[in-house]
Amino acid sequence: MSSMAAYTVPTVNNAPINVDGLSDKVSVRNLDFFYGDHRALKSINVSLYHGKVTAFIGPSGCGKSTLLRILNRMYDLYPNQKATGEVMLDKDNILSSSQDLNLLRAKVGMVFQKPTPFPMTIFENIAFGIRLYEKLSKSELEGRVQHALQRAALWDEVKDKLGNNGQSLSGGQQQRLCIARTVAVRPEVILFDEPCSALDPISTAKIEELIDELKDDYTIAIVTHNMQQAARVSDFTAFMYLGELVEFGETTKIFTTPTDRRTQDYITGRFG
Amino acid sequence: MATGFVTPLYNKRQRRNTITKFLSLGATTFGLTWLVLILIVLLWEGFSGLSLRVFTEMTPPPGSAGGLLNPIVGSLVMTILAVIIGTPIGMLAGTYMAEYGRYDKLTFFVRFINDILLSAPSIVIGLFIYEVMVAQMGHFSGWAGAVSLAVIVIPVVVRTTEDMLILVPDTLREAAASIGLPRSLMIQRVAYRAARAGMVTGVLLAVARISGETAPLLFTALNNQFWSTNLNAPVSSLPVVIFQFALSPYKDWQSLAWTGALIITFAVLALSITARLLTAQRKTS
Repeated sequence: MSSMAAYTVPTVNNAPINVDGLSDKVSVRNLDFFYGDHRALKSINVSLYHGKVTAFIGPSGCGKSTLLRILNRMYDLYPNQKATGEVMLDKDNILSSSQDLNLLRAKVGMVFQKPTPFPMTIFENIAFGIRLYEKLSKSELEGRVQHALQRAALWDEVKDKLGNNGQSLSGGQQQRLCIARTVAVRPEVILFDEPCSALDPISTAKIEELIDELKDDYTIAIVTHNMQQAARVSDFTAFMYLGELVEFGETTKIFTTPTDRRTQDYITGRFG
Repeated sequence: MATGFVTPLYNKRQRRNTITKFLSLGATTFGLTWLVLILIVLLWEGFSGLSLRVFTEMTPPPGSAGGLLNPIVGSLVMTILAVIIGTPIGMLAGTYMAEYGRYDKLTFFVRFINDILLSAPSIVIGLFIYEVMVAQMGHFSGWAGAVSLAVIVIPVVVRTTEDMLILVPDTLREAAASIGLPRSLMIQRVAYRAARAGMVTGVLLAVARISGETAPLLFTALNNQFWSTNLNAPVSSLPVVIFQFALSPYKDWQSLAWTGALIITFAVLALSITARLLTAQRKTS
């Protein structure tokens, strides 16, 4: 392990977070991110605690999605993007060049803003990811697909049409299919990048319920534009502004007694 | 105010609109007229010579009856071979450009050169294959014909493959990556699947393009009056037979040339319609 440079997490009320019973699943330390020469993230320090939901809020362009896409190194698909600093997943720095990206992404799953089912059947959408890393018998595989769809609260709606194209489902169902697909690979961390911004209120409520259920087994990070959503689903909240992490702490505290003026203004709807 | 619309400015714009509409319509009619005339003459002349004999007998010597079996089979064989040779090369190159090297300088150059090749006169391609194959082997051959057609297929397939893969949204690629899918599998299982209809359309368009090519075959496959499946020897093809028969002074040969032209036209038409249907399917799905 490399020697860790000094860092400070800008916590709410400048008080240390009560870490009793909490352990870091992901620790972000002195993280900078560059799109070409543009420094999009400035010295970010934050932790995702094991089994907790952490929400990232902030106005458009503040870097919250960028931060999320570093946690599974999605940015690596594109040229001229670079992250410096440390992102520890358990004991490994995932930014190191020796990190196997496919294994990382199997461990850190992601659900996107727009539902992205693969152009194949509902069954194959789920089974596909499982088969990548495990050799299962047909019945085991079917069991796993069913379990994943049940976890995503989609099983009852699709059990009679598993052979239909995944893209034939409604938007909300597609998004739950994507969650099932992510869960099926058995990741340790799940990243949600504005998962409800393309959905109607009923589908949104379903997804939020799901996130609440999933956190027993997974460490979850969610980027959202919707402050009520952050307040509803998360245990911890980080407020970001112009590439900086302004304030981080327990969700109740961030929303009731924010320290920073900018956090106050944002959560009261004065800007953003 | 509603009355404010009826101003000189508005009237002027309307006049201009009418004139432009008229000119556009005129241009379309002008273009279509020739196409329709060509089709009418082709149908008229072609159908009168159409009979079962065309598909069962060899090309005749002047003055006697015969058919077009050897050029039909020759064209089919060379076209299929050209597709078999050209499609994998074109698809792999297009895949490299869209998936692996999208931001590379190499892709930029390949795309530029491919565009030149796409519009290269086919006679130049024929001459090139003549130099590298026919001159080296010392004789005309069906293989040389197939390769020269393949060289026409490649840029079409490269272009459509790249275009269709670029149309696959990046979000789908990210979704594939997000479950730990290696890039090679992402391409095979996700990107190809999403782009399949478009890519097949590209191959069909390439077939349509080469099935009427005459120039490259004149220098490579030449022609063969007799039944021959030997690809190391000259092979007959419909476009070359049409070229030869149409320019001859013999009535039966001229009639067979019309029939051959009709067959090619309908084959290409069928392919184009299939390609259109496939593209439409992709848009609605």
